Amino acid sequence: MCGGCKTVPVDKLKESHKVYKTFNYQLQPVDKGYANRTLYINLSEQSIREKPVTQEMKDIFTGGRGFGLYHLWHAVTGKTKWNDSENEIVISSGPLGGITQYPGAGKSIVVTLSPATGTVIDSNVGGFFGPFLKFSGFDALEIQGKSEKDVIIFIDGDKGTVSIEDVEVTDMNTHVLVEQLSTLYADNDEDKKNIAIVSTGEGSETTFMGMLNFSFYDKKRNVIRIKQAGRGGTGTVFRDKKIKALVVKFSSLKGNSNHPADKNLLDETGIKMHREIATLDHKQNSMRKRGTMHLPIIMHDHDLLPVHNFKHGSHPDAAPILNWDTRLTHSGADGCWFGCTLSCAQVIHNYELKTGPYIGDKVYVDGPEYETIAGVGSNLGIFEQDHIIETNFYCDTYGIDTISFGTATAFAMECFETGIINKEITGGLDLSFGNSEVVLELLHQMARGDGFGKVVGRGVRRMKQLFVEKYQADPQFLKDIGMETKGLEYSEYVCKESLAQKGGYGLANKGPQHDEAWLIFMDMVLNQIPTFEAKAEALHYFPMMRTWFGLNGLCKLPWNDIVPEDNADQPEPEKVPEHVQNYVNLFTAVTGREITKEGLIAQAETVYNFQRVFNLKMGFGTRRYDAIPYRSVGPVTVEEYQSRAERYDNQMKEIIGVDPADKSVEEKLAITRQYREKQYEMLCDSVYKRRGWTAQGVPTLETLKRLKIDFVDVVEVVSQHLDV
Amino acid sequence: MKVLRVKGELCTQCYACEEVCSTNVSKERDRSKSAIGIGEKAVDTGRVDITTCDQCGQCIEVCPTNALYRAKSGVVLLNEDDCVGCLSCVGFCPSGAMFRHEDLLEPFKCTSCGKCVKECAEGALYLEDL
Repeated sequence: MCGGCKTVPVDKLKESHKVYKTFNYQLQPVDKGYANRTLYINLSEQSIREKPVTQEMKDIFTGGRGFGLYHLWHAVTGKTKWNDSENEIVISSGPLGGITQYPGAGKSIVVTLSPATGTVIDSNVGGFFGPFLKFSGFDALEIQGKSEKDVIIFIDGDKGTVSIEDVEVTDMNTHVLVEQLSTLYADNDEDKKNIAIVSTGEGSETTFMGMLNFSFYDKKRNVIRIKQAGRGGTGTVFRDKKIKALVVKFSSLKGNSNHPADKNLLDETGIKMHREIATLDHKQNSMRKRGTMHLPIIMHDHDLLPVHNFKHGSHPDAAPILNWDTRLTHSGADGCWFGCTLSCAQVIHNYELKTGPYIGDKVYVDGPEYETIAGVGSNLGIFEQDHIIETNFYCDTYGIDTISFGTATAFAMECFETGIINKEITGGLDLSFGNSEVVLELLHQMARGDGFGKVVGRGVRRMKQLFVEKYQADPQFLKDIGMETKGLEYSEYVCKESLAQKGGYGLANKGPQHDEAWLIFMDMVLNQIPTFEAKAEALHYFPMMRTWFGLNGLCKLPWNDIVPEDNADQPEPEKVPEHVQNYVNLFTAVTGREITKEGLIAQAETVYNFQRVFNLKMGFGTRRYDAIPYRSVGPVTVEEYQSRAERYDNQMKEIIGVDPADKSVEEKLAITRQYREKQYEMLCDSVYKRRGWTAQGVPTLETLKRLKIDFVDVVEVVSQHLDV
Repeated sequence: MKVLRVKGELCTQCYACEEVCSTNVSKERDRSKSAIGIGEKAVDTGRVDITTCDQCGQCIEVCPTNALYRAKSGVVLLNEDDCVGCLSCVGFCPSGAMFRHEDLLEPFKCTSCGKCVKECAEGALYLEDL
């Protein structure tokens, strides 16, 4: 991670190493994808114990996100707040997590109550932690309570011990902390590959957009690298509990550590996929070479790359951030877990920092991913690669989500440009679009917990409230331009021209994150789902398929960022049927349970509906919480309308059936708005119907029964909403 | 560096090479564990399709643990202790010459040891010194 930063000598680290509590457990092999135990730690009580995994947990909740939701549901009440002691952070991989034979199979899913949304959040992240946790003996880690002082939780999967400890003299920021902990907990340099660390940084303590960094050891470069559980403030909860880091050590990883029921089927399915990637990736998305950095130019070409707080989808000055080929290095095996030959985990090395506390250090910077390029670059009107790399590095090490940082800062910038806030309010910061220097200062302020950075770090929803209450801003305008739903900032796609994607964002359980449904191309570019029914079907199938990955410790990318050569000739090519069959094979190969393609969707639908009910339990989850800001629906301002006037005029004439010729821009804005908002409501109606929900978006008792989640406490929550 | 070469037109598909090769991998004669693959005979040319490793090293690049490495002799070897059985090398080998077997956790490959050359009565196999 860190090329030149100064670190504490190892003897000083060892001197300050204190162990507060130790728990011994029996080491036992994983059986068909499950460790059949979870680990529960209460930091208030400093207690540690194991819990059995029941057959019902496996049958109903599968694993991963399902296990996270299951544990959290039983830990909190409807009144629990994110910073209450009973809130938990649950980390779980899933039954397929940790297989080395198939690409994208090392994911951990983090579940907690979010400071941003007030309800449950899930975040899917790479790195070694989830698989190492399972192979050490636990399908999930549940952390409840709050510590009085900073603690490190250390799980030694070689010895069978779990301890609560601390090393007082460490740094807090990830890129230094992981080096220190790796040095301390590894027996020697060679042993560092057996250590996985979850950490965050100083920015998590002062913002509501704190994220968690999950480490992985890059054997090709002999450096520790990180992937992020970015969304919803998981890092903020982590620091609220005074957790400095989670460390797991597991030294005997092999191809059968997951003890699959049918290793032959697992091997064959994996090799087929490796071969497909070897022969086709360079002809398709070039994920091995570019990762998600192949996307900015595509999004820009289709007017989907957010610019100036999602006003526009492209910009004449965008060229410098559309192609990153010259900045990247490739090792040939840039996966965040073993055997991921899609290898999208790109890295920039030897980048010399230009600002902040580590100025002058030469560092590794993971990514930048598409979302970061768009979020901290184009959406802020900044089209400089170095700015994006620098911001990416500091967001990571400070533990701040680049997506929420980008979207929240873009909102603040538009408020500055429209005069809602000014330099007096921002403490002298000129938040004009394009001002790179000020954006970085804002970020450093977040880490220091001072200045206007602290305000922006609270996110769009709280800024809206503050600007209305304190600075007399027009609440409707802020509602229109504030790109958040359910309290979570939008991820980085302009969805104005894709009704299905508006639903993909607005109806997502956790808030507007594209990992639930990304339908822009199917809908807008390829016009494959023209009717409400077709869109509703897509908004049923795809969120379920993507949810399934999170139940099983898998990454979405190998599903459809590479496709078989004959995919286009198959029925329903958008589902990538051969790859779905691969997942059927993998699930059966690992667990020994026969399943069908429909069965995968049914597994996900169960957990997806449970999560919807969880939102209800927390006081959200009905139709009104699926409302979306008009900036994501259509043009809010005259400037926006005029920038795409031909498109909007044509639509008015051909789709709405109104002649725009004699209308003022304001009149045209109103007509467009009325039409588009109605379309979104009709979409919601269609989707709710398809999902087996009421018109208020509540799963019916029949749906709960069909999915076998009609537990007494679930029915009780839902019943309160069925009478309304 | 010694590299195993083949003359498919001389091969009689007696499989003696596969048998002796498998003793390197499993200490028993089991052709399914051979690092040389005797394939089908082409109807038109009579040439047998033989899969062998040319030590190109593309597997080294794709190996995430550095378990595959080029030895001082130039031959590509696998350190089984470091291998986590991901089989990336099997899928990425352009010759299909990285093999695996369901009984084994690690894949295996030709090390240019020459046992098969000695075993082949027809002279269909030979080592070339590059």
